[in-house]
Amino acid sequence: MSVRDARRGTTGPAVAIRDLRFSYVPGHEVIDLPALEFARGETVFLHGPSGSGKTTLLGLIAGVLTPQVGQLAILGTDLTTLSRGARDRFRAAHLGYVFQMFNLIPYLTVRENITLPCRLSADRRARVTDPDAAARVLADRLEIAPLLEARVTALSVGQQQRVAVARALIGAPALIVCDEPTSALDADRRDRFLELLFANVAEAESTLLFVSHDLSLAGRFDRTLALRELNRAAATGGV
Amino acid sequence: MLLLSLAWRSLRNRAVITGLTLVSIALSVALLVGIEHIRRGVRESFAGTIKGTDLIVGARGGTTQVLLSTVFGMSTPTGSVSWATYERWRAHPAVRWTIPYVLGDAHQGHRVIGTTAEFFSRYRFRDRSVTFAAGGPPETDREVAIGAEVAERLGYTLGREVVLAHGVAAVSFAEHTAHPFVVRGIIARTFTPIDRALYVTLDGLTAMHAAEEGAGGLMMGPPSPHTEGPAPITAFLVGTKNRFETLQLQREMNEDRTEPLTAIIPGVALGQLWQTIGSAEVGLRVVAALTLVVGLIGMCVALFASLESRRREMAILRAVGAGPRTIVALLVLESGVLATLAAGLGVALVYGGILVARGAVEARFGIALTMQALGTTEWLYLGLIVIAGTLVGLLPAWRAYRNALTDGLSPSL
Ligand SMILES: Nc1ncnc2c1ncn2[C@@H]1O[C@H](COP(=O)(O)OP(=O)(O)OP(=O)(O)O)[C@@H](O)[C@H]1O
Ligand SMILES: [Mg+2]
Repeated sequence: MSVRDARRGTTGPAVAIRDLRFSYVPGHEVIDLPALEFARGETVFLHGPSGSGKTTLLGLIAGVLTPQVGQLAILGTDLTTLSRGARDRFRAAHLGYVFQMFNLIPYLTVRENITLPCRLSADRRARVTDPDAAARVLADRLEIAPLLEARVTALSVGQQQRVAVARALIGAPALIVCDEPTSALDADRRDRFLELLFANVAEAESTLLFVSHDLSLAGRFDRTLALRELNRAAATGGV
Repeated sequence: MLLLSLAWRSLRNRAVITGLTLVSIALSVALLVGIEHIRRGVRESFAGTIKGTDLIVGARGGTTQVLLSTVFGMSTPTGSVSWATYERWRAHPAVRWTIPYVLGDAHQGHRVIGTTAEFFSRYRFRDRSVTFAAGGPPETDREVAIGAEVAERLGYTLGREVVLAHGVAAVSFAEHTAHPFVVRGIIARTFTPIDRALYVTLDGLTAMHAAEEGAGGLMMGPPSPHTEGPAPITAFLVGTKNRFETLQLQREMNEDRTEPLTAIIPGVALGQLWQTIGSAEVGLRVVAALTLVVGLIGMCVALFASLESRRREMAILRAVGAGPRTIVALLVLESGVLATLAAGLGVALVYGGILVARGAVEARFGIALTMQALGTTEWLYLGLIVIAGTLVGLLPAWRAYRNALTDGLSPSL
């Protein structure tokens, strides 16, 4: 565990799951995970076919969805014991999230989108001296510096995804979760995006959980997990 | 602060729909507040029809009839009051001044009032006294002063000869041609029934009726110049020396046996009259309130409609750490901001409207619209509008809350 993790005030593995079950509709289990664990600083590639429950699992890890049964510890904190408000605060403080697309609030500028977590979370805010300066540094590294004051609607998809990464990384949260962030990018832009993502995650010393159904990306990660093999619900009832 | 700025930016982002919603609610607010404003203006104009007079005294009859016949020139007088009785009350120690009224003649459908110089010096309406646009009060028995509307409608100017007629019908069958009058003054517009009347001296009326008699003409003048001495009058206005004596004097007059009289306090009688005719305003208010309800429903619909397209935005906010309650707060804040802006805009519309239209409204209807501050009723309305508007936002917010809980991070679009 790094000095940085100590400063983040968290201990334990990045993700530790045991006998986790979740269903949107009673009787139709989407997630049934006997065990899943990965360590701090790992870059994890999680793949599975459409409908296998990837996004659902990320929602559980982010504390947006509540499992019906099981243990779910993120950065050493058992989410199942937290109140909903506490889970929201935990997510704001320790998690960076990147969606497949449409990551940005349309009526905020690029800079405002990037600094949004600092405005929602005191913890996140406490880890950066100046959110605007931090946003500039990240924008520089992600090669979107000239766009900082632009309207997000004027951005290309690739630029939007990099803005989303900057927002996920600001205040250096311990866990970065990406839900198919490259699926809307062509091969060239996808490779450049991954390069920038890896460099910046390494810089922040964060753990990266990257979900995709594009197995060709797997080689760049420390670990590759197949949700289909882990998830009993998907193995039996998936699409 | 973050939420407020988010709510504001989000509203601005949907400028067209926000603008339309804003205008529709603002118009209903303006209607509601405007009606209240006009209602107050009308009420004050009405209550100001006669001021400074402590008692109106006529022959025994109904309160409203005495008021209508003397002040508004409507309905027929309750009868007549003998000159002796008038003199007796005028000498009463509590009485400071009196204005006698002799009614019963007309000119081209306009009422003619025989009175004294006291009328021009003592009569008050809305704390103003009678002034002249041209000329002055009638002094001789051949002079008449005419109201602004009479002058305007009939096109009369100073020096014009006027023949009065018996009775108030527009086309009179009995004209007092033997004793014509000359316009001596045109009274400045008052926006009270004064504008629609003509004023002559008591001597003028007596002389006119005497002339008819002498010429062997009709002899049906209501306060007919019967026996010796001055003719009876129709009513008189009283100013007391001391307001506290008014009630005492009123009782004395009403209970006096010599000649049965009815003495009314103008303010009280006006209030009663307003009560009976004022119920129409309730209907107006109901219509305005309904308009407002429609406006609020429109806002609710607009918020609901925007909700579907904003599920993505909600998911993003959730991913960044906003709780479902924050989402609710955001939406409620949006509707609250919208309602507050609409209330402000509505009030601005009312004052803007008053500023633009008050000259025309006063000239046309005699309703004095003033730029007075909002009254408690208006503030109450505005408070209710903002609260109702904010609460209306709760419905879509509740929906968003449930979506936020079930959607997770991938809203099913
Ligand atoms: N809000 C929801 N309500 C009910 N069922 C849902 C909801 N979201 C997802 N599901 C169901 O849960 C299952 C898993 O969905 P999920 O979105 O996790 O799959 P995924 O692996 O992310 O797929 P994709 O690769 O297409 O994004 C699917 O069968 C889906 O129909
Ligand atoms: Mg998915």
